[in-house]
Amino acid sequence: MHELALCRSIADIVRRTAAERRVVRVHLRIGELRQVVPDTLVYCWSMTSAGTDLDGAELVVDRVPARLRCPDCGHVSAMGDFPDFGCAACDGASCEVESGEEFLITAMDLVET
Amino acid sequence: MGRFHRHDDGPAHSHDDHSGYATGIERVEVLERIFDENDRLAAANRADLAAAGVWSVNLMSSPGAGKTALLRETLVRLAGVTRIGVVEGDIETSLDADRLAGFGAEIALVNTGNGFGGECHLDAPMVRSALPRLPLADLDLVLIENVGNLVCPAEFDVGEHARAMVYSITEGEEKPLKYPVMFRSADLVLINKIDLLPHLDFDLELFRANLRAVNPRVATIGTSARTGDGVDEWCAWLISRGARPARR
Repeated sequence: MHELALCRSIADIVRRTAAERRVVRVHLRIGELRQVVPDTLVYCWSMTSAGTDLDGAELVVDRVPARLRCPDCGHVSAMGDFPDFGCAACDGASCEVESGEEFLITAMDLVET
Repeated sequence: MGRFHRHDDGPAHSHDDHSGYATGIERVEVLERIFDENDRLAAANRADLAAAGVWSVNLMSSPGAGKTALLRETLVRLAGVTRIGVVEGDIETSLDADRLAGFGAEIALVNTGNGFGGECHLDAPMVRSALPRLPLADLDLVLIENVGNLVCPAEFDVGEHARAMVYSITEGEEKPLKYPVMFRSADLVLINKIDLLPHLDFDLELFRANLRAVNPRVATIGTSARTGDGVDEWCAWLISRGARPARR
């Protein structure tokens, strides 16, 4: 629902990094716990970049699964469809998120112009 | 020299991508968080508020959960007790800000449809634009009423010191499971419209179990803006928490 706003933030970082070079691809890493719909993000990106210096630049999304670590027993588990942050191994009440909250630009493919 | 290396004059990048040679494409490693700019301004907001001795709470809920009615009761009770500023976020209209006027609080309206593209949430730059319209030096507490939405507001740090959610029991027991990011981000959940409990098939214990699954340590207060149930307890939470140093 906020993918348009995110596209603006992404474009700001991309332009600053590209520094006049043509942007072919932008590689993103997005955790599953981030409320971002990759298809919607790609659609919004194509809409907002059309007719600009970023026209044609492709967004490539690497989705990172949510993994939880129990601070009591150290058990690491993948989060299933049911959003339960309790520990499956020791009944600990609250696991920490080991991965799944990432939201960053990891790399860009650029061409000198 | 490895696939990725770092020059003194810029970020790491690779030279041994053979398809890259063919097309002239160069891969540049970036590793920049997309929320960096928002989070930088959120930290600035938090610092400005703290420097003025103000504690702030980001109030979030779905549309119609009763944020504004509860806020109005809060202002009535805390008038003369603590000095309150309100940042009122709405996509359009000043209807909610109008409902909060006349209770002694300073109000700064942010219409996200006006210059912010109709955003479904408040972000740190929007709150930053509203703070100069509040007399921070004369305030103790700033309540930030976010746009009614259980998805986007959870993602954006606006510079608050704590997050409170208004959940209404008419929304059903499964809301925490459907919106775990929002419920997990809250420091306090107000279980609102609690006066309707005898009239609904709502299972309060099932709701609490679902809430514990996503946020085991969260505090809860049952409230009703209509009858006033729990509102004093909520006000006490605001005052007692506000007296402590900022959490973040």
